[in-house]
Amino acid sequence: MTTVNREKLASVALIAGVFVLWEVSCIVFGIREIILPRPSQIVVTLIDRWPALMPHAVQTLYTTLVGFALGVGAGVVIGLLIGSSRLAYNVAFPLLVGFSSIPKVAVVPIFVLWFGSGTMPAVLTSMVISIFPVVVNMATGLATTEPELEDVLRTLKASKRDILLNVGLPRAMPYFFASLKVAVTLSFVGTVISETVASNRGVGNMMLIASSNFNVPLVFAGLFILAGLGIALYVAFSLVERRVTGWASRKTEFAAG
Amino acid sequence: MFLQNAIPAETADLATAAGLPRPGTARSIIEFERVAVAYGRDAAATQALAESSFRIDEGDFIALVGPSGCGKSTILKLVAGLLKATSGHVFVARREVGAEDVRIGMAFQNPTLLPWLSIRKNVMLPLKIAHPFRKDWRQKRNGEYRDRADALLAKVGLLDFADKFPWQLSGGMQQRASLCRALIHEPTLLLLDEPFGALDQFTREELWATLQTLWMERRPTVLLVTHDLRESAFLANRIMVMSARPGRILVDERVDFPRPRTLDTTVQPEFTNLTHALRGLIVAARSGAGGQS
Repeated sequence: MTTVNREKLASVALIAGVFVLWEVSCIVFGIREIILPRPSQIVVTLIDRWPALMPHAVQTLYTTLVGFALGVGAGVVIGLLIGSSRLAYNVAFPLLVGFSSIPKVAVVPIFVLWFGSGTMPAVLTSMVISIFPVVVNMATGLATTEPELEDVLRTLKASKRDILLNVGLPRAMPYFFASLKVAVTLSFVGTVISETVASNRGVGNMMLIASSNFNVPLVFAGLFILAGLGIALYVAFSLVERRVTGWASRKTEFAAG
Repeated sequence: MFLQNAIPAETADLATAAGLPRPGTARSIIEFERVAVAYGRDAAATQALAESSFRIDEGDFIALVGPSGCGKSTILKLVAGLLKATSGHVFVARREVGAEDVRIGMAFQNPTLLPWLSIRKNVMLPLKIAHPFRKDWRQKRNGEYRDRADALLAKVGLLDFADKFPWQLSGGMQQRASLCRALIHEPTLLLLDEPFGALDQFTREELWATLQTLWMERRPTVLLVTHDLRESAFLANRIMVMSARPGRILVDERVDFPRPRTLDTTVQPEFTNLTHALRGLIVAARSGAGGQS
């Protein structure tokens, strides 16, 4: 068995182990369902209530993706502007840091005030929360481009645009994908916060209602849905990343392809 | 018989300042007019290149030799437009550097291959960027341009590695690939910054011959920075020896061995005398004796 397969097997075993431990502890210590439901109960709830849960899951996924796409778009543009000049990088960074240290929960009421409750504040929260990691990573990727690589292009009388397209952007891609993986999980956080505070749809809202009814297995079912969606998007970006930036991790399968 | 025309730099500066043409020159492609370079500012500045003036003829093969840190690479960067002179003027093809209409091929001290491109695509890069090739890039990248890259890679023994990525090659192989990249767009001005430094002796001597053939076929102007005195004597028509920092040109010497030169040339007494004399000059330059050698 190869090392890679062994690692994969071990991580599957670890995940299974955590759930088994959870299940067994609940039974052994007699923990009540209203405090911590067993994983098996959560899965049963998930399957039983799926027709009712699905629209919420779709709403959350949709809101998150729209917000995430807008956030990444804005993040790339800002990152390019900041990263392509040292002056802009130094001047704009303090503002960005200040902006990013505002807890995003705090802006939800403002969005609600402006746009009313519902999908719009959720999209905006998801967007706002995913901008910063993309900006920082794009800017860093561009700003740390080796001047020697740019020199190669400059001796060929390349324009600034040529250098950006042929050196800057490819060089920043690994940073960009790293930021996508962070941003997409944060993006879910943003959506769910906003749904919890001000919405009548989405997994966040569903969990809020379930918890006020003391339907704890349903609350946990919501968590499972969120984790599932998060993992799915993470995996999707990892696959794209491996195709695009395999050179950075010196992957042999990238080299062969 | 060699090195009799070692001239003090002051004399050369005076000639240029007076606007006097240098004797016996063809059309010059590179002109340095009282060029000096300092890194850093004011008091903390390091003088990298002392005020220097010289000309280089079109189609000539120049070797720049001298101790480490003497500003040899600085001269190349000035010509390539990667560095601005602190004072003085650099002319390339009779225009201020940067505005000139000359195709430049440059191989750097490090291979500087783009890590996300295969070796072949790295070699083809100048055809994608430089005029006049870039306008045909879309039509020819899978045909003529690709064949051209492969032909060059075959010449340096890298054809089997064309689809590999730079990190999969040894340092010497990467260096050879970067040499191909410097040559593919048939530059009229070839700037080589110790391109053979990382290679073993056998490969190096093979590539000397390759470079010589190429120069004899196309006659680009070559400016070669090197530490290797045998290399400079084997390849160049003219050797410029530089002093230790702040660099200036101590000796400007023509080399007249008939071409094509072979490895037999390198064992002839004239050849060994020349490299020996050069070595003496550089040792003197390193000890800081400057032009008093």
